[in-house]
Amino acid sequence: MIAAYFNDPGAMIMTTGALVGIASALVGTFLVLRGNSMLSDAISHSIVFGIIIVWLLTRQASGPVQIAGAALTGLLTVVLTQILVASGRVRQDAAIGLVFPALFSIGVLLINLYARDVHIDEHTVLLGEIGFVWLDTIELLGQPVPEAMIWMGAMAVLNLAFVALFYKELKLSTFDAALASALGFAPAALNYALLALTSMTAVAAFDAVGAILVVAFVIVPPAAAYLLTDRLSRMLAIGCAIAVVSAVGGYWLALAFNVSIAGMMAVMTGLCFMLALAFGPRHGILARLLRVNARRQDNRCRTLAIHLFNHEGEPDQGEENVARAMREHLHWSEERARSVLLACLDQGLVRRKGPLLELTEKGRATAREILEPWSH
Amino acid sequence: MLALLADSTIQNVLVGAALLGAISGVLGSFAVLRRQSLLGDTLSHAALPGICIGFLLAGARDMPAILAGALAAGALAALAIIGITRHTRLKTDAALGIVLSVFFALGVVLLTFIQSTGTGTQAGLETFLFGQAAAILRADLYLMGAITLGALVLVALLWKEFKLVTFDPVFARTSGFPVLALEIALTMMIALAVVVGLQMVGVILMAAMIVAPAVAARQWTDRLSVMVVLAAGFGILAGTSGAIVSATARGLSTGPLIVLAISAIVLVSLLLAPRNGLIPAWLRQRAGRRELHETLVLGTLSHLAVEHGDPDYRAEQAMIDAYHGTRTHQALEALAQKGLVAPARHAPETTPHWRLTDKGHARVAHPTEREDEPQ
Repeated sequence: MIAAYFNDPGAMIMTTGALVGIASALVGTFLVLRGNSMLSDAISHSIVFGIIIVWLLTRQASGPVQIAGAALTGLLTVVLTQILVASGRVRQDAAIGLVFPALFSIGVLLINLYARDVHIDEHTVLLGEIGFVWLDTIELLGQPVPEAMIWMGAMAVLNLAFVALFYKELKLSTFDAALASALGFAPAALNYALLALTSMTAVAAFDAVGAILVVAFVIVPPAAAYLLTDRLSRMLAIGCAIAVVSAVGGYWLALAFNVSIAGMMAVMTGLCFMLALAFGPRHGILARLLRVNARRQDNRCRTLAIHLFNHEGEPDQGEENVARAMREHLHWSEERARSVLLACLDQGLVRRKGPLLELTEKGRATAREILEPWSH
Repeated sequence: MLALLADSTIQNVLVGAALLGAISGVLGSFAVLRRQSLLGDTLSHAALPGICIGFLLAGARDMPAILAGALAAGALAALAIIGITRHTRLKTDAALGIVLSVFFALGVVLLTFIQSTGTGTQAGLETFLFGQAAAILRADLYLMGAITLGALVLVALLWKEFKLVTFDPVFARTSGFPVLALEIALTMMIALAVVVGLQMVGVILMAAMIVAPAVAARQWTDRLSVMVVLAAGFGILAGTSGAIVSATARGLSTGPLIVLAISAIVLVSLLLAPRNGLIPAWLRQRAGRRELHETLVLGTLSHLAVEHGDPDYRAEQAMIDAYHGTRTHQALEALAQKGLVAPARHAPETTPHWRLTDKGHARVAHPTEREDEPQ
């Protein structure tokens, strides 16, 4: 059973993708909430520079040295950006847009010059080769475990441990940085740790999904989760769940169309985002439309109640308080008049008495609440 | 060198790089001033699926179709960003990141789809990732030139409106300008700049061509018109120099070379620009600090003279040091050079002493009258 699992390339690919997704979503949640999403884009480009430098120095294309190098490169990106901002000459967004293309360019040129025809080439850097993760395996507990899966698993565990250990501190510094620093929680140190973990995750994921698609895993699942819930703990869990669903779904779709697996996994995160955007329970577009419509209908019912209340017991009651008046006096279409009347009957605001529409006690109370708010 | 310039590939590359520099410098200036630097990054990554769809529809590496696809994808991406920021509680950065990564992923999927269907002519598409200046044809240049010219003419015609929307959108709205339409126009024109840059620098590094020339130009001037022209000039300089190196040295991608050239220009501008540059600012600050110090030392000498009722009072240098809590020798030497103080002896002491000259007394009495001294 276990041996069959580790010998199935498909299962290995999906597991690696899911681990990329979980590790990324855990740190991505905080980046999205802090408004720092684009730093992950900058970091994921810059690590190409770090990867080639470490490769030139140690000839190791993956492993702990690479991950440590990536953490440093990520911090270098952030520090350079902050130096530019601190100089007062460049704003934050422009500073990001200056630093990462420069580092990325140096990285690509170094690859052009020194690393031709080796494991690292520009296309792997960009697109990843998750389809081949099961080729590089290490014997672990008697099973051939893909190397990429081990590193991604380690990053997922590390990120989970970080979030679990510093949950309270992260939460406070994300939502109220001023209070966090007043209470001595060192939000700056926490921020650097978060960005270092982001770059480590990016470089661990880089073999599998490439430098740019990792941005999709960092930003999109947490953003989708943000549209589905208002609780941080649930946002983390939903983000991870969306990442796993995207990895599995992306694998099968990529197989069906014979296209890039990593690319399809990232497209699936986008699809999940669109679903959340459309059908999210509170913040979704559909939910909001329904809410607006319900409120409109409610307002029309109240309008009818007030109309009936105004003419109740007046001499023109026979002319005003009939179904036809809803069309002629309130200028509602026949369809709308009928739906409003049905809604009022359902809510017990109005009852029929021959041709006459009569307010119930509840309907009268509703109208009075609006017209004479002081009488309550 | 002349033989190099006569080569038609080199000519194409130079013209292409110049066009790219011009359009990205001009439109980037507006983007950077409107704090939309990263929009260029997103729109350029988002062009990739458009390139692939253009290729699929045309069935060949047909430039007009590919550029139209890229432009359409860029426009769609811009609308998606606006939609997400307007209709959800996600912030702009998240909207940019989502659109960038998902569009790019779709592009990767389509790229591999084209490869797997194997039409054989697809080899050219991957050059759009990093740019390959040598692959530019004369016909492509006419297209790029037309787009650049169109964009520049539009900027010239709507100069006043764009300027107002950039610096004071609220005032523009209250004055009755169609602000939303103008903002959409500026955003869409960044997609145009991306389209022109596709072959030169590729989708990934186009962000730098939007941001860097404008940031460099911003350091040299406070006027929008000068900034736009300078940015275009810097863009052209970086584009042509990067393209020449790439076209002559085989195997180096064009995009990264152009980006390094423009990054160097930014660095030089940040350090050396006469008014905003870090080094001139540091020098000015140092000169100001020195002058303040000299004024204070002069004041000390004057106070000592008044307290002792002796205009020629000779103050020991160590005592002046003690008053200021720091060395004052340098300031005293500078003051002596200006003829405001003079070294003196006070026998039997052998230590250096200083006294105010007549000119020094005059300066203390009227600190602003200094026309006799070149500034």
